[in-house]
Amino acid sequence: MATDTISGLDALEIASQQKVPGRAARLWAATWPKLTALALALAVWQVVVWSGWKPEYALPAPETVARDLWDYATSGALWDGLLITAERAGIGFGAAVVVGLLLGLAVARVKVLRAALGSMITALQTMPSIAWFPLAILLFQLSEQAIFFVVVLGAAPSIANGVIHGVDYVPPLLVRAGRNLGASGLSLYRYVIAPAALPAIVAGLKQGWAFAWRSLMAGELLVVIAKTTSIGVQLTYARELSDAPRVISVMIVILVLGLLVDLLFTKADRAIRRRWGLLDRG
Amino acid sequence: MSTTTTIPGSATAAVALSGVTKVYGRGGDAVVALDRVSLDVAPGEFVCLVGASGCGKSTLLNLVAGLDTTSGGDILVAGDARPGLMFQEPALFPWLTVGANVEVPLKLRGLPSATRKARVAELLDTVHLGDFARRRPHELSGGMRQRVALARTLALDTPVLLMDEPFGALDAMTRDILHDELERLWRGRNAAGEPLTVVFVTHNVREAARLADRIVLLSSRPGRVIYETRVEVTRPRRIDSPEVAAVAADVTDRLRAEVGRHGH
Repeated sequence: MATDTISGLDALEIASQQKVPGRAARLWAATWPKLTALALALAVWQVVVWSGWKPEYALPAPETVARDLWDYATSGALWDGLLITAERAGIGFGAAVVVGLLLGLAVARVKVLRAALGSMITALQTMPSIAWFPLAILLFQLSEQAIFFVVVLGAAPSIANGVIHGVDYVPPLLVRAGRNLGASGLSLYRYVIAPAALPAIVAGLKQGWAFAWRSLMAGELLVVIAKTTSIGVQLTYARELSDAPRVISVMIVILVLGLLVDLLFTKADRAIRRRWGLLDRG
Repeated sequence: MSTTTTIPGSATAAVALSGVTKVYGRGGDAVVALDRVSLDVAPGEFVCLVGASGCGKSTLLNLVAGLDTTSGGDILVAGDARPGLMFQEPALFPWLTVGANVEVPLKLRGLPSATRKARVAELLDTVHLGDFARRRPHELSGGMRQRVALARTLALDTPVLLMDEPFGALDAMTRDILHDELERLWRGRNAAGEPLTVVFVTHNVREAARLADRIVLLSSRPGRVIYETRVEVTRPRRIDSPEVAAVAADVTDRLRAEVGRHGH
């Protein structure tokens, strides 16, 4: 009898949560505003071109750019460049993640380090990464190391800040619960602090990626290494040849790439929030 | 239940506090939270600590649980067992499923996977949540979450359960049912010869009279033991029975007198 009461009460209390919107409907609801915005942007662009504000060789029409984008994508130049740039992004961001995580953890744990480095990390974050390049080029000449140096300096502070923020805001109650359940030292980090800090860490990674991508593009424009045709170098060449459609094509590629990776982080963030119950379904 | 450790002064206590003092801060700003509190809890006994705000009830449980250190006095837990502690909030890990939450203490004890799985299923059945192992805490109601927290604490296989106003945030009906459940579980353990000692903190006097073998009243600022009474009402009890109400009335009078003392 008591068991019946319990299961009855349980059923009543969680009954209202079975709301399942269709997958297609959700996708459409998320997509159409973006498509509309894109269409509007293209329309504005086209109107500006028609107005004759700038000559066609400086500001080509959307259609011209679309054709060039197609040539670009099918010519192989795009993919060669993409390979180089993606590899640099991977290595640079990977190094920034390692540095950022270790730095963040050290600062979050050690009081002296926090006093010494805490505000430095935030200050570093406000430094425009392009301002590092003159020094980077003096230190490493026109080499990939110079690019990596700036990418790591640009991205690591954000990642470290995410870790520090995450560890600082772990609910003390969860730590107490974890300690009572037998966690201490390393196991407390593994079972409680790290997972509790994960949302803030992912936010830090997302911001770090934005900085890394900007630093990388700045680097590829400034540090032109012979015989490499990264995306950034192709953008520089296109400008030097006054090839406006190609300039815009490369810009579109850069925009889309950055967006795609950002989308991955957003997806990860949403997945975590959904698991934690911080997000309404639908 | 381990009986190997003998506690000086009371060979049979499951938890023994002698002259426990806790002071926060130092110098002129020092606040005495607990002042020479002595209390022996027998194995299998259900003790409710009752007091108004600022009586150091929660501080006391933290000390017994080993999450905080005393400023003076001794706390002994029989067999050096790690007491399980429950809070007013379930304090479940939101990133884990219900089953995985219950599994955490088993993992921390290094039990093999098969043993853990069986034990989790058994514990969830104990709190009538066998069907909810794969759900997330946020999908459950407050009362269900608190039952998960109970199962997780029981996974420590501890003879001592410390409860810090565990039902304080629940509605009356859910609370009544959980009283029944806790009583059933506790009596079952005692009947099976695995005594479960419960130290239960509440400011709800009725709740204390409903559950306790013995009610211990603490004064506020500093917390001292000012009154103790045995609750002789036969079990199982109902919170709305006249016998429980009579016990509650007696304790309430004394609690009011103590609170009134601070008004002058």
